[in-house]
Amino acid sequence: MAMTEQRVSYTLDSSLETIDNAEEKATRFATELGFGDDEVMQISMAVREGAVNAVLHGNAYAPDKKVTLAFERTGSELVITIRDQGKGMDLSKIPNPLAPENLLKTSGRGIFLMRSFMDVVEIRPSSTGTELKLIKHVHGTTAGGKEASQ
Amino acid sequence: MTMKVGSRQVDGVTIVDCSGRITLGEGSVILRDTVRDLLSKGNKKIVLNLADVNYIDSSGIGELVSAFTTTKNQGGELKLLNLTKKVNDLLQITKLYTVFDVKDDEASAVKSFK
Repeated sequence: MAMTEQRVSYTLDSSLETIDNAEEKATRFATELGFGDDEVMQISMAVREGAVNAVLHGNAYAPDKKVTLAFERTGSELVITIRDQGKGMDLSKIPNPLAPENLLKTSGRGIFLMRSFMDVVEIRPSSTGTELKLIKHVHGTTAGGKEASQ
Repeated sequence: MTMKVGSRQVDGVTIVDCSGRITLGEGSVILRDTVRDLLSKGNKKIVLNLADVNYIDSSGIGELVSAFTTTKNQGGELKLLNLTKKVNDLLQITKLYTVFDVKDDEASAVKSFK
């Protein structure tokens, strides 16, 4: 795909279906941009984890609250934004899932996985919701839309 | 593809063949219910065969941890068998590979129980 800019956004319900839906959209968008299979999996998983946080922890499944999901290709980056309408997360309360005392915890790995899979993860909590920005660098493209070898 | 499970007994060990996705919602619930059901029936030597599990999210990872600790707390053992590369990579980066007893062939997994 040529280095043209493109943006698409969706407004989604606070439901389990939204999580699968967001993952599928991420897979499709990343594939269309020419990312390789491993990177597509990483991007779609990061988006899934972001959507889980928005639906469960942000909006807490509230039917009157929406999740906004946007994909944007800007030059050499894929920028994905996920916003919820919750109370905003407290970043200081996110434990390190790799700490020995946390290894056997059954939750708390979502943000860690996002940070593992994406080049940049920005979290902006506020009293009206949390905005999550996930960025993946495009390492080189050809006119045919396939990722160039490095 | 949602998750499916089937269980069988081999030399006193319960092999749970899992396929599909272990993710938030149905997949995690099926795994949780399966392990709890086995434990309630006294089956405390459990192997989760993940050969056909192609995707796990953080909720699924949490469910694996929960299955492991629940089994251990009831005096049993739960091991993992035949991880796909994706699942293996996830357990590596979350450092859970060191927590779980991971096997790559069924016979040695069965033999490894005391």
